[in-house]
Amino acid sequence: MSENYVPSSKFGKWFNDRLPLLTLSKHLTDYPTPKNLNYWWTFGGILTFCLISQIITGIVLGMHYVAHADMAFNSIEHIMRDVNYGWLIRYIHSNGASMFFLAVYIHIFRSLFYGSYRSPREIIWILGMLIYLLMMATAFMGYVLPWGQMSFWGATVITNLFSAIPLVGESIVTWLWGGYSVDNPTLTRFFSLHYLFPFLILGLVVLHIWALHVPGNNNPIGIDIKKPSKDTVPFHPYITIKDLFALLIFMIIFSGFIFFAPNILGHSDNYIEANPLVTPKHIVPEWYLLPFYAILRAVPDKLGGVVLMLGSIFILMALPWLDSSKVRSTVFRPLYKKFFWLLVIDVLALGYVGAMPAEGLYLLIARVGTIYYFAHFLIVLPVLSRIEKTEPVPLSISEPVLGGMLKPEMARSDRKDV
Amino acid sequence: MCNLKARFIILSLIFFSITFNQVKSEEKTKLLKVDWSFKGITGKFDRSSLQRGYQVYTEVCASCHSMNLVSYRNLGEPGGPEFSVDQVKAIAANFEVEDGPNADGDMFTRPGRPSDKFVSPYPNVQAATAANGGAYPPDMSVLVKARKGGSDYIYSVLMGYEDPPAGFELEDGVYYNKYMDGKKIKMSNPLSEGIVTYSDGTDATEAQMAKDVTTFLTWTAEPHLETRHKMGVKVLIFLTIFSLLVYLSMKRIWSRIDSEK
Repeated sequence: MSENYVPSSKFGKWFNDRLPLLTLSKHLTDYPTPKNLNYWWTFGGILTFCLISQIITGIVLGMHYVAHADMAFNSIEHIMRDVNYGWLIRYIHSNGASMFFLAVYIHIFRSLFYGSYRSPREIIWILGMLIYLLMMATAFMGYVLPWGQMSFWGATVITNLFSAIPLVGESIVTWLWGGYSVDNPTLTRFFSLHYLFPFLILGLVVLHIWALHVPGNNNPIGIDIKKPSKDTVPFHPYITIKDLFALLIFMIIFSGFIFFAPNILGHSDNYIEANPLVTPKHIVPEWYLLPFYAILRAVPDKLGGVVLMLGSIFILMALPWLDSSKVRSTVFRPLYKKFFWLLVIDVLALGYVGAMPAEGLYLLIARVGTIYYFAHFLIVLPVLSRIEKTEPVPLSISEPVLGGMLKPEMARSDRKDV
Repeated sequence: MCNLKARFIILSLIFFSITFNQVKSEEKTKLLKVDWSFKGITGKFDRSSLQRGYQVYTEVCASCHSMNLVSYRNLGEPGGPEFSVDQVKAIAANFEVEDGPNADGDMFTRPGRPSDKFVSPYPNVQAATAANGGAYPPDMSVLVKARKGGSDYIYSVLMGYEDPPAGFELEDGVYYNKYMDGKKIKMSNPLSEGIVTYSDGTDATEAQMAKDVTTFLTWTAEPHLETRHKMGVKVLIFLTIFSLLVYLSMKRIWSRIDSEK
């Protein structure tokens, strides 16, 4: 076990007694991981890659970018045209944000499906939600930096949300802007914070992984396992090679965007320099914020919209206590499984209508979608977790039949979702 | 599970077909589609089309539209029109550039150099707006990326001038163009047959000029497109081979565990 690890070299032992980095690295290598983890579990590693790649490309971009309302737009074009491989670095960074969110959504839905947020992993889940919140703030501020039309008007719309707060709303908005409209002071502070937040995220990621290493990974059948045992494999090389393979597949998709469709996820209006006198026809946020935008616009009242939008994120933090089912993994919850996929469709639908004008059928879909979103967590999940008749759960990963299974076929390893 | 997945797919299909139908009914006139040489993963610019496009830009568009982000030197760089060094110098020298202040504190003009940015037709946005009936002719450097539909859109607008249908109200200085929002545009039809004379003998039809100038504008918006495509193909090949090797290693390593069963 890594706790009793003694480095073989004399220097190593001397160093490790003073700062146990080698013990840590031994712990990370030996870390017992359930052997039945599927590819949905590779997104943790992919997300770490995304964060590091965003930080590195971001630092380089920061060397050439000028955070000034009169110069920001042209400095981006300077990066795109005159900086050596500037176009590559910027496209990695801008598409990287989208890929980051794609990965984080898969990571979150994986956690929802397999009950990874449940006891004893509540803190991991809450830390993850905080990371997600910071990611949204960082991405939003990053989108403002090119100072195009969508940057400017997106910033105006989102910061204006704070004006819905009774009494102090207007003052808060002025304070956020550093003036009476989105202008140069807003841009410079967004740049400063956009540079800071990724490092806060990095800190939270360390805590997230630390908290993960206390109980260890959840697994597709959602049972507690003995560690180390026949049910586990050491992290290295089994999980590292699997994560690497998944990461490479992810990078192929990522490269497809960077090299062959680098602007497809962005909005063309952002290649028009910000102009406070011309409002774009439809102001839309980046795709990854669209479901929340749909919720915001579904409510006829501004304050109500803001409350529901924030509520839709904070409700997730209460998830470990809303779900009281005795079974962790949705694999063994036939009824809840249906509602889970309904939630997935619901969020996709909300994202879709978020990109459309808030009128007619779109608005109706947004309202129904919003109602279901909250009903899912506040009604369906608590009620189902009490009344649902779950399927029998195997007692261990490798020896389910000996464990007194009622339905041995449940544990067959060829089941796609196990 | 399969059953569930099928249901999931069917539900999403129904949902998206409903909403897409609604979108379709609202959609504007379909853009003209051109088989651009720069499309696709190995797409490249047609060198002579870029050179002709530059001629159309500089002889027609540049009388109103600026191109602030592009320098004359770019015209000679790989992946662009690739004019020779002497041609670029000659092109730049055609323009009068304001420089200064000199030792006496005065501004002066001098012939352009390759390192200069394209000279703008107007001193500022306000002057450009005033000279064009209150409509600012947008800077063309990134125009292709700044419009939904990109190259197809620019080409369509250039080809979209028509006589307005009966009963269509047009104010003074506004023209009918079926690809514009509201079908109105404040720019009169800039291209007419033979308005430029191509030095390579290509027939200067409207469609030819529209195609050439759109190609040129696509390059100014994305000057590193060719490098990007070339690098992308290499990266994809590398990643595919590498992931295959990693996959085989993974199978090998995991076979130790799988054989324990």
